[in-house]
Amino acid sequence: MEFLFYMDEVFAPMNFGLLLLGTIGGLILGATPGLSPTMAVALLIPFTFKLEPQQGLILLGAAYTSTVAGGAVSAILLKIPGAPANIATTLDGHAMALKGEGAKALQLSFISSAIGGVFGVLLLIFLTPVLAQWALSFGPSHLFWLAILGVTVIGTLDSSSVVKGLLSGCIGLWLATIGFDDIMGAQRFIFHSSVSGGINVIPALIGLFAIPQVITMFAKGRQSNDAEVIVVQKHAVSEAFREVIKRKKALTIGTLIGSIIGLIPGVGGQIAGLVAYDQSKKFSSESEKFGTGHSEGVIAAEAANNAMVGPSLVPLLTLSIPGSPTAAVLLGGLLIHGIFPGPDLFINYPKVAWTFIDSMLIGQILMCVFGLYVAGLAASVARVPQSVMAAVVLGLAVFGSYSVQNTMGDVYVMGALGLSMYFLERFGFSAAPLVLGLILGPIAEANFIQGSMIANATVGTGTYFFTGWLNWLLIVIVVASVGYSVWMEVRNRRYTSKEEILS
Amino acid sequence: MSDLPRNQHIIASGVIATIGLTVAYISFTQEPAAAFLFPRLISSVFAVLAIWTFLKAVLGRTKVGNGLSGEAMKNLAPGLIVMVIYVFWAAKGLGFYTATAIAFFILLSLYDPAPHGEIKSWGKRVLITAGFMVVIYGLFAQLLYVFTPREIFF
Repeated sequence: MEFLFYMDEVFAPMNFGLLLLGTIGGLILGATPGLSPTMAVALLIPFTFKLEPQQGLILLGAAYTSTVAGGAVSAILLKIPGAPANIATTLDGHAMALKGEGAKALQLSFISSAIGGVFGVLLLIFLTPVLAQWALSFGPSHLFWLAILGVTVIGTLDSSSVVKGLLSGCIGLWLATIGFDDIMGAQRFIFHSSVSGGINVIPALIGLFAIPQVITMFAKGRQSNDAEVIVVQKHAVSEAFREVIKRKKALTIGTLIGSIIGLIPGVGGQIAGLVAYDQSKKFSSESEKFGTGHSEGVIAAEAANNAMVGPSLVPLLTLSIPGSPTAAVLLGGLLIHGIFPGPDLFINYPKVAWTFIDSMLIGQILMCVFGLYVAGLAASVARVPQSVMAAVVLGLAVFGSYSVQNTMGDVYVMGALGLSMYFLERFGFSAAPLVLGLILGPIAEANFIQGSMIANATVGTGTYFFTGWLNWLLIVIVVASVGYSVWMEVRNRRYTSKEEILS
Repeated sequence: MSDLPRNQHIIASGVIATIGLTVAYISFTQEPAAAFLFPRLISSVFAVLAIWTFLKAVLGRTKVGNGLSGEAMKNLAPGLIVMVIYVFWAAKGLGFYTATAIAFFILLSLYDPAPHGEIKSWGKRVLITAGFMVVIYGLFAQLLYVFTPREIFF
């Protein structure tokens, strides 16, 4: 119950102010189509430099939670999901809005998001210390395999093509080796002075997530924003609460599926929402109403996509393996304060870790309260023309990258990686494994070298890295994730490729 | 698959294969060997996967990725040119605030669906640009104390 000890930290004036700012800002950003939660959090990182570590994390965590929930506003009122996680919400949410039940759909989405989100964070609270305690016994070989596992799982599950997913991961791992080698001090792959100190993670994250979105907006041309915002009629919040309780089966299915999917690295909120929607439909006595504006569809989808937020941070906080691109960005937020998450995070920085987790718990409730009132404003923001959004994001990306170390090199790295990523995405490559490779590369290399040294002095490299049940468990998971994805690809039965989701 | 995406896939995967092979070559030829131990490990996998992808593209068996349509290229080209000039030259050459204001206004004018013949819409663009510059100056110069490269005008 250590989390209760740090609960009052969340209510310190500055911390609570940042939590409110992150929550309200996240709701508005989330409602804006084209601004994904990952990109929103990446663009916010430069604003956390001057803050205390826990304050920075509170802001980023609140923004993460609220952007996922805020995406429901444009999904329901504009039929444009604010984020991929809200795709399933569009199916019944917009149909409800067309029937004049827009307010009800929004209320249901925020209430079920909050319930799912609180459950997810509670899972984070109770699972994290147990896993962290266990992870303390990990040696270099285990940490090496864990890093490889992180890149492999995301590479295979997040991409439409296993080979391209793994290739993206390799590119990320290679980018991580650029600069001076830590042990020998040798120069590696320094082809331009901008990368002589290695590639800084923050500008890289901003470039990889923000610039492709900017160019995608350019590619749409002079498109008028003709999406019509449906005017919502008043609906009593108490009735919405009663409706959620009445539809407890959909809520339970959404919450449980979201939480379980959140724990699996690489499987994002869009999968959680769609699987929960599908399962809720299967188990519903009114399955024929799904797709016609049925409240269960909204409840299941929204409970799931917010329930996955908390569990998706478990691998990051316990094993220093970010389970999702947004978790990788949050890792960047920790790294700029010199904090490296992992098993000893709760021993060395308990205040930072628990205040952050507690703020996510309180943030879920604030998100629900403000969501019910900010929805109208957020829907208006969602109509901001893409031309303005593109220019704003580009400007923020340039200033944000520069402010990391006050060097132009970071701006060039951001621009070059962003441009390359846009074209790579057009050819089926994904940013998530590349980012994971970039972040986990140093962990993998450091533990590989350390493990090799121990192995050379003791049992030999082969024996050291390939014996022991934990090494084998991790290797089996790596092989299984690759094998499973290959099998699914060969049988062409992947029920959620990115193209399918986006279509 | 039509010829355009197929050729695009060949070019894209060819570039990646070249990078993969170059990285592998450097990893296996540079000294000290101990510093390149990990790069050797990953570059081997990198090169194999990159060649695999290239061969699939050459054989026309690439199933993922739609490439770029002619219309998309036409649409994004002006924005891309402005972006490249802004990021890689103007931000340092003209100064961050001057370059950002110019780039922002040009991008807005290029992609804003409002008619180009109306004075009102030009006024709106100027106002939006000015508003953004005030916000960005407030955030970065006043709040975060970020000292950007010296401006051309001041």
